[in-house]
Amino acid sequence: MRVLVLDSATPAVTAALAEISLGGVALLAQRRTVDARAHGELLAPEVEAVLRETGARVRDLVAIVAGLGPGPFTGLRVGLATAASMGQALDVPTYGVCSLDAIGLAATSADADAGPVLVATDARRREIYWAVYEVGGARLFGPAVGRPDDVLDAVARLGVRWAVGEGAQRYADLLDLTVADEPRYPPPAALVALASDRVLAAAPSERLTPLYLRRPDAVAPRAPKAVLR
Amino acid sequence: MSEPLILGIETSCDETGIGIVRGRTLLADALASSVDEHARFGGVVPEVASRAHLEAIVPTMSRALTDAGIALRDVDAIAVTAGPGLAGALLVGVAAAKGYAVAIEKPIYGVNHLAAHVAVDTLEHGPLPEPAVALLVSGGHSSLLLVDDLARGVRPLGGTIDDAAGEAFDKVARLLGLPFPGGPPIDRAARDGDPASIAFPRGLTAPRDQADHRFDFSFSGLKTAVARWVEARERAGEPVPVAQVAASFQEAVCDVLTAKAVAACDENGVDMLVIGGGVAANSRLRALAVRRCAQRGIALRIPRPRLCTDNGAMVAALGSHLAAAGVAPSRLDLPADSAMPLAMVSVPG
Ligand SMILES: [Zn+2]
Repeated sequence: MRVLVLDSATPAVTAALAEISLGGVALLAQRRTVDARAHGELLAPEVEAVLRETGARVRDLVAIVAGLGPGPFTGLRVGLATAASMGQALDVPTYGVCSLDAIGLAATSADADAGPVLVATDARRREIYWAVYEVGGARLFGPAVGRPDDVLDAVARLGVRWAVGEGAQRYADLLDLTVADEPRYPPPAALVALASDRVLAAAPSERLTPLYLRRPDAVAPRAPKAVLR
Repeated sequence: MSEPLILGIETSCDETGIGIVRGRTLLADALASSVDEHARFGGVVPEVASRAHLEAIVPTMSRALTDAGIALRDVDAIAVTAGPGLAGALLVGVAAAKGYAVAIEKPIYGVNHLAAHVAVDTLEHGPLPEPAVALLVSGGHSSLLLVDDLARGVRPLGGTIDDAAGEAFDKVARLLGLPFPGGPPIDRAARDGDPASIAFPRGLTAPRDQADHRFDFSFSGLKTAVARWVEARERAGEPVPVAQVAASFQEAVCDVLTAKAVAACDENGVDMLVIGGGVAANSRLRALAVRRCAQRGIALRIPRPRLCTDNGAMVAALGSHLAAAGVAPSRLDLPADSAMPLAMVSVPG
């Protein structure tokens, strides 16, 4: 069953094509461009590229899996708008996955002896999006957004000794944890794996609601007389 | 053979619009607005608008398809507003448009929002004689354009140097205790007032402004003058005559807009004026434009109010015009450009 995977929750703009069967998940093609400012330009050509590379027709897709974030809003919405519109046009279900979960799953599968891991991505404004995963990929805490030093308590309580993700790397000196190089961004194979049960079961389509975690910045109304100043 | 079926997507501000046209026939014009969510802020909050667009795009599309009685795979090309507008809001529409285009394997046109405001008139009044002058006035823009070729080039003649006309309506409405958006309540309040009762300033109409700002607008000084006038009344403990202020303010705005639009026609030897944008729904603007155009022998076109405000039909109308003119579609990496220049009617392929 051919599935398209999209994630734009981090600077890594990702599109991949995967084959899901009862035997597991096989990644057929992937494109990933790291550029925090060009999600809108990069993603659709990547989708075309993975289709072209595999010779697949877009109508062969049976589902679309998308990373729900958390991530910087503007870029995050590019992936979700693309996934939702493709799902609607193709009349196939869309499934959402927490983007941090994909990093957590990949990290804990790679090193089963390292114990729970902190996953952190960059939330800008000197903050991180973060969550903690136990071995096997189950989420113990999060997703949340906060300053890097805000996570220290939770991390100590949960016995976390290491961290992954671009946010962990950026603030490595504040975290006091071993920071691994990879995975830095949500790996497409892990994103698909997290949705494969739903794909195989032909579960109902899901609304792709972003994990914003922050309220919109909105300026309070000024008093009418401020017009004079 | 029937004309191509074009779908248009508009998300440049607070309206999620999806329109469907075949040739110049409007088949659907579905709209979802987040205006109520912005009302308490007295203006559009970009992040609130972007979130609303993402939620609204799929259901609005479903409604448009149902209204038109077609399926997405029947569509021949997708047009989407690429700019100008709010960056994050534009991006939702552009990303969705690309998803639709990839899924149905059809071309995409990234189009200019202002040119679309002009093109929408063709749905109501037929092909636009060129050259024409267009006056586009809304909460986001106040522009005078010379339309030589709607498919390939629109020349800016002038625009606002501070607030957009619609913004001035919003701010004055707030001052008078009227709701947001300010255009309709000021129009209503003004009906009971005398437009000549208070002499509010006409921005950039002095002789010294003619060299540099002949076709530009300024509404910030007017807004301040209204605020001063109202405040003086309040300080004196007198009631504010809302109808008189609304009528006199509205007159100042509409006087300048129509005078400059007509002058732009005269100066460029053009006998066709098109007015679009939300402020084109204003009854005084319409009446003044009708009178002044008739005096000068200028043909005037104003689409019905529903087509003047932001919607998907205008984007579909421009897409249809581009396709008919043989303009090459844009590429899939087309950017959303919050400052898209007027000279660019569509993102080149
Ligand atoms: Zn507009």
